[in-house]
Amino acid sequence: MIAAAEVSLLPLYLILGYLALLIGLGLVSNRFFKGSSADFFVVSRSIGPFLLLMSIFGTTMTGFAMVGSTGKAYSSGIGVYGLMASWSGLVHSAVFFLVGIRLWAAGKRFGYVTQCEYFRARFDSPALGYLLFPVLVLLVIPYLLVGVISAGKFLQATTAHMFPELFKLTLPNGNPHPLSGGVPPWLGALVICLIVLSYVFFGGLRGAVWANTFQTIIFMIAGGVAFWLISGKLGGLQAAAQAVAESDFGKPRLAREGLIGQAQFFSYFLVPLSVGMFPHLFQHWLTARSAKSFRLTVIAHPLFIAIVWVPCILIGLWATAHLGPNASPNAVLGRMVNSLVHSPVLTGLVAAGVLAAIMSSLDSQFMCLGTMFTNDIVVRLVGPDRFNDRQKILLARGFILLVVGVTYGLAVYLKDSAHVFDLGVWCFSGFASLFPIVFAAVYWRRVTKAGAISSLLAAAAVWFVLFRQDILAKAPGAGEDEMLIFGLMPVAIIFTVSLVTLVVVSLLTRPPAATTVDRFFPRRPASLVP
Amino acid sequence: MALPKRNGATLVWLACAALFVLHQDCWNWDNSSLVFGWLPVGLAWHAGFSLAATLLWAAATRWAWPEEIERWAEETDTAPDQGGPR
Repeated sequence: MIAAAEVSLLPLYLILGYLALLIGLGLVSNRFFKGSSADFFVVSRSIGPFLLLMSIFGTTMTGFAMVGSTGKAYSSGIGVYGLMASWSGLVHSAVFFLVGIRLWAAGKRFGYVTQCEYFRARFDSPALGYLLFPVLVLLVIPYLLVGVISAGKFLQATTAHMFPELFKLTLPNGNPHPLSGGVPPWLGALVICLIVLSYVFFGGLRGAVWANTFQTIIFMIAGGVAFWLISGKLGGLQAAAQAVAESDFGKPRLAREGLIGQAQFFSYFLVPLSVGMFPHLFQHWLTARSAKSFRLTVIAHPLFIAIVWVPCILIGLWATAHLGPNASPNAVLGRMVNSLVHSPVLTGLVAAGVLAAIMSSLDSQFMCLGTMFTNDIVVRLVGPDRFNDRQKILLARGFILLVVGVTYGLAVYLKDSAHVFDLGVWCFSGFASLFPIVFAAVYWRRVTKAGAISSLLAAAAVWFVLFRQDILAKAPGAGEDEMLIFGLMPVAIIFTVSLVTLVVVSLLTRPPAATTVDRFFPRRPASLVP
Repeated sequence: MALPKRNGATLVWLACAALFVLHQDCWNWDNSSLVFGWLPVGLAWHAGFSLAATLLWAAATRWAWPEEIERWAEETDTAPDQGGPR
């Protein structure tokens, strides 16, 4: 048992200092608020290249980028980088370049704030807007839950033994729980929700953009410092790698044979297409000052992914030799830091880095749900002239408060559900399966609203059947292996159904009115797609 | 570099297709050797892939940049609004 006196509170102070800085950032961003709804929702479309890069990168990287990647490399080896990181580098930038810039242009030209507004006008179909809204909300909420639950559990693990009397936990056999004395998940999640709420509530999307930039810098620095110190403690890069090569558990993880299938590896490229349909990313794209603001994001995104992921993958790999085969994957990063570096400062820095990665996605998701409720439901139902700008901002703030409250309640209720984390991949698969609709909307004049609606419904139906089979109908105690169909990720099946339905139904139905389509295509033929 | 924009864009998309194929490095699947004595060869390949993707997108922003989209975004839409916000 660890005595309270041995436990340094320095990591907690560093985390609290970091959280206080975030609140300060929110308050400062509020001073720049211009009072208009366009400023609250899309920062008056004024964000330049650097802030756009940092906010988009911070939004796409979740807590998985640090904790999950390290744990997954420990269990599945180096192939995880190719599976998740290098595909994302190529595909994310392709989506930003091919889709993001065009959606930004439509948003700027017509004043859109949400995806539903764009799709409703592009397909001249209010029904599509109303159908898309619940699908997007239902896919974002589990994604939010993963973030809030991760934050609560991570804070508990980081603060374990710090408050032995206040947060005492015992095992059923009466022995102290390993996390005894840690801030309980309900309290940690509440603090994180309130911090994110504070800067989004007061600063709107500007608060989220500024906070994301700060958070991205923090988690990139934290990962780099952890890598440098851990490799030093293991005797240097070569000694650390040699230990893995000599370990029975570690050696197979230096390659992919037997750990990741070729079809699974290939079909994973569909998962990062999800960024094309993330409503929170759509909102970030609309903040760009000009199309040129996208250039740095498009170029640097793969490089930034490598900077964050390569060190984490190597730490996970070294853990195979250092920790042996029985460590819990999600605890690998924390155990490597604690067992090798013994530095409360590094523990605090890594903890702040992990929270930064989690919160930089949460803020944009809270913000986009508030924006969607206000613009796609309330304003749409009562008419655009019913509320003035100030009232729209009040409504959005009210909805953000409601979304945070509901998410927090669900997170506390579901925190011990084993399947919550599996939902993450299913959310990404759901968004990725809707990608054909957005791609066709920006490139294919012949796509029809019937095609888009059928594609949405077909994707939702197949997604639900496979999701039910993998998550809802899974017998208790069944294996935790990822579902594969003919060796492929389920997203390959859902995406194919969505794409085929979109094309076939569009070709079988009457072409859209030229007046509608002409509004969304520049007069000169585009030279983007070969 | 003086490269006609049309040719440049074609080269960029050919390079993108090549990268897409090169991602599936089946020849490294069971290779556990270490590059420079510390970097597993499969990870080195994909770290290099990320750098190549960075170069690809740098080339794309130079030779395949959608300037017509930029101009279109700045124009005023005179057609009647069909559902977008005011």
